Amino acid sequence: MVQVLIPSQLIAYTAGATRVEADGGTIEAALDDLDRRFPGLKFRVIDEQDRIRRHMRIFVGQDEARDVRRPLQPGDELMIFGALSGG
Amino acid sequence: MAQPVQLLVGSRKGAWIYRSDADRDAWQVEGPLFLGAIIHHFVPDPREPGVLLIAASTGHLGPTIYRSEDGGKSWTEAARPPAFPKAADAATARAVDHTFWLQPGHASEPGVWWAGTSPPGLFESRDGGRTWDSVAGFNDNPMYLKWCPPEAGTPDGALLNQITIDPRDPAHMYIATSTGGVFESRDRARSWRPLNQNVEANFLPDPYPEFGQDAHYIALAPTNPDRLWQQNHCGVYRLDRPGERWERIGKAMPAEIGDIGFTIVPHPACAETAWVFPMDGTEVWPRVSPGGRPAVYRTRDGGASWERQDKGFPPEQGWFTVKRQAFCADAGSPAGLYLGTTGGELWASGDEGASWRQIAAHLPEIYSVVAAPL
Repeated sequence: MVQVLIPSQLIAYTAGATRVEADGGTIEAALDDLDRRFPGLKFRVIDEQDRIRRHMRIFVGQDEARDVRRPLQPGDELMIFGALSGG
Repeated sequence: MAQPVQLLVGSRKGAWIYRSDADRDAWQVEGPLFLGAIIHHFVPDPREPGVLLIAASTGHLGPTIYRSEDGGKSWTEAARPPAFPKAADAATARAVDHTFWLQPGHASEPGVWWAGTSPPGLFESRDGGRTWDSVAGFNDNPMYLKWCPPEAGTPDGALLNQITIDPRDPAHMYIATSTGGVFESRDRARSWRPLNQNVEANFLPDPYPEFGQDAHYIALAPTNPDRLWQQNHCGVYRLDRPGERWERIGKAMPAEIGDIGFTIVPHPACAETAWVFPMDGTEVWPRVSPGGRPAVYRTRDGGASWERQDKGFPPEQGWFTVKRQAFCADAGSPAGLYLGTTGGELWASGDEGASWRQIAAHLPEIYSVVAAPL
């Protein structure tokens, strides 16, 4: 299990929860797990080519992830942020 | 006679519904819906009362579609929004940035919807907008990269910006794009061919190419679907099928106004009548009302002549911009006209454009206005 920080832009999917748990050995697998429980969430963050959307940022601990295939370890903290996107 | 109307308004920051009384005189507002979301198009299903679809994205999140079955009281997100097929090379593969246009399918095909996206893509839903599939006949067409070159497009991205369906034949379709112009299909979107003869593209070395035009808006005349109206980046055009050659009817507009604009609205009951909302397309393309004096122009003779209609609009210092989906007519008699501006104003005419009044102000930048019976 990894801990996931949910940004304000996505709490409509998680019934208001800002911290949830997810199961998965990669970022993509964790997002797939979240999407099963919170349908539609993954596509708002990751496009159909498995790229992180331009104005979303994902960190594992202090490290920013560029690739959803990045491995996760049990206990990792996965943080999803809405980046700066203009007015 | 007039009947109550609802206006579905999509904006850069959410959606609103304005509902009129029987005289289309008093309006009640509901909203905002999806406050903060970019609402590109907000469309009713004429085949299924109460069903509404919204094409949305946000500054951060990817694009999606919402569906309501109770006139906007409650909404369900699409289980599978429009998305291109996964490609072998992810670095250059297409991803839908936003759905720009939602089109209810033919009257004989309940539940079918079509969507046009940026970058240009055509998508179909057969379950009322809950799941969407890429239409290979356009999206994987061998000519796709020539019709929709990746480097081309509007400041907001290249668009497949309209889909129209012949009311006599669900297999006969037209689409408009910002990179290739107009295309026609006679086999229900399986194959497409350019339909741009005599339409100018003054930004290309060959100003009258087979494709490459920027078709801002196309519409069929409701009472004569052999007549197509087009507001192009390079003027106002009309095409009468089975003809192939567009006529630049905007040449009859006053020279000081020109025939540049984003949209054209056909009359619901008269195939000779249509309205445009001209914008300044000179020099650096201000894209505002010419001279700061907003007006619509109406033709009642198929584009041979045009008359100015500006009563009620600001007589000066009115710098309106009206985008592609933000000007529409209802089906009343006389027809009501409605337009939304990028300055967040909603204007209405209950007398076919003879006079105008503002029915809302202070909204966010308006992207779309669609009128439907209440």
